[in-house]
Amino acid sequence: MGHLVQPPVLEPMAQDRTMILNMGPQHPSTHGVLRLILEIDGETVLRMMPDIGYLHTGIEKTYEAKFYQQCVPLADRMDYLAPFSNELGYCLAVEKLLGMDIPKRAVWMRVLLTELTRIQSHLVWLGTHAMDIGALTVFLYCFREREDLLRLFEAIGGQRMFTSYFRVGGLAMEPPLDWFDRVRKFVDAFPEKVDEYENLLTGNPIWQRRIKGVGYISAEDAIALGATGPTLRASGVDVDLRRDNPYCGYENFQFNVPVSTDGDVWARYVCRVQEMRESQKICKQALEGMPMEGPFKAEAPKVVLPEREKMKTQMEALIYHFKIITEGFTVPAGEVYMATESPRGEIGFYIVSDGGPKPYRVHVRAPSFANLQALPKMCEEQLIADVVAAIGSIDIVLGDVDR
Amino acid sequence: MAIEPAITDIEQLKDRPAVARLLAWNAEAVQGAKFDRGELTVWIKRECIRDAVGMLREDSELKFDYLADVTCVDWYPSEPRFEVVYHLFSTVKKHRVRIKVKLEGSDARIDSVVPEFPSANFCEREVFDLFGVHFEGHPYLRRIMMPEDWEGHPLRKDYPVEGYR
Repeated sequence: MGHLVQPPVLEPMAQDRTMILNMGPQHPSTHGVLRLILEIDGETVLRMMPDIGYLHTGIEKTYEAKFYQQCVPLADRMDYLAPFSNELGYCLAVEKLLGMDIPKRAVWMRVLLTELTRIQSHLVWLGTHAMDIGALTVFLYCFREREDLLRLFEAIGGQRMFTSYFRVGGLAMEPPLDWFDRVRKFVDAFPEKVDEYENLLTGNPIWQRRIKGVGYISAEDAIALGATGPTLRASGVDVDLRRDNPYCGYENFQFNVPVSTDGDVWARYVCRVQEMRESQKICKQALEGMPMEGPFKAEAPKVVLPEREKMKTQMEALIYHFKIITEGFTVPAGEVYMATESPRGEIGFYIVSDGGPKPYRVHVRAPSFANLQALPKMCEEQLIADVVAAIGSIDIVLGDVDR
Repeated sequence: MAIEPAITDIEQLKDRPAVARLLAWNAEAVQGAKFDRGELTVWIKRECIRDAVGMLREDSELKFDYLADVTCVDWYPSEPRFEVVYHLFSTVKKHRVRIKVKLEGSDARIDSVVPEFPSANFCEREVFDLFGVHFEGHPYLRRIMMPEDWEGHPLRKDYPVEGYR
């Protein structure tokens, strides 16, 4: 009701020439419930103000009421297109608080799954972005591959999207027997699929004219406004946390970071498509180097749940299981800020522990929230139709913005 | 990776570039420092926050040009109740620092850093909305997540998880 009671105001600068246009929150191309208030002069956008909060669910407050292990599914639900990236950020943050090492096999599995998520997320972005602009076919191609990936996630975690497969201290369970073969099949076939998308779009003159030179943002503005991830790299700022501040074993992988200096929607398109190819390379390296034997959970009985089999045969395992489920595990007091590179950019988990079994405070630095601030700058002096292209190009997820 | 004990003695942290530069800039503004789990935290006096982040951004050696995040922690019922937390990152040097400011619960006001970092705009609105901390000089300090007519600040510790019934 609040927004109806007293809507955010945007006073027209020149009363006689301009008008205020409301876009969203139910607009199909705003990728969720984003409301934009535009001041337009004819077809030209003079100013823009995003109005958010329609999906605010108080996840940060909920965190404070849950045990550490219960928070993993919450991390999933913020960014529903990249659940593994969020889980990874959360688990790494808690592990850093605990000072815990996790086995190599779990590390490599995490890298593999995070990169598959990146591909999955970029596929949804490419399909919907192209559809917003009018290239409907690409959507079907992208969702074909996305479906394959979701089936892989379902096979490993039991759910298509919110798998909660990463746990504090490792992974939830062993992957099924034929899972790696299925992943290998997908990864080997994937570069050809990217060629297919590029065949449909990259050389297409309509696509080029529609997005080249549109939604420009300079490197200085992108940094000042806090743009992150591919949006920042497309403006020529070479930052990728996987390479710059390696976490979770990324230092063992060889990959390029695509950077463009054009700063427009086209540059962001090129960067993300290249990123899909780079992610495929990382997946391939992860599959080749993955240790096939060994534990997938850390040896920390007070934190990590025991395996089912042990619970039925060993008294201690049963006790620890009972203790973790009913009382949670305690985390030494302190605070960490764990920044990782999600498909949309830097996602940071700032966790404060007071030594108890529940986090004292969790704050999520959401990449979509940061990128949204750069959107008004991109849309200044652009046509209304190009606003849609600009929204698509920052790959916004409103669940991530509002939390 | 066992946890190393946190270093809280500012004398031992003087060789850290960010601490050294801040001390050289204005030793009175620095209230304390901590190095824990590989992360550096510096407490700054409330009055100096805008100038301090501006200095960190402009400094040619540090180049903290990217404000990753602004948030807040509520230590209710102890005082000073609020801690506003700034996470700075350098896109050139790729290093990080955390700046903190302590605020009394009865006087939860602080200078906005939007003039230095435009990206603080939404973050400070979020802190204002969810914690009730006022940022002076902010261009558009209104609720961002909660409805305009909402009562209370949900992320405060004295606000019940289920909300007021």
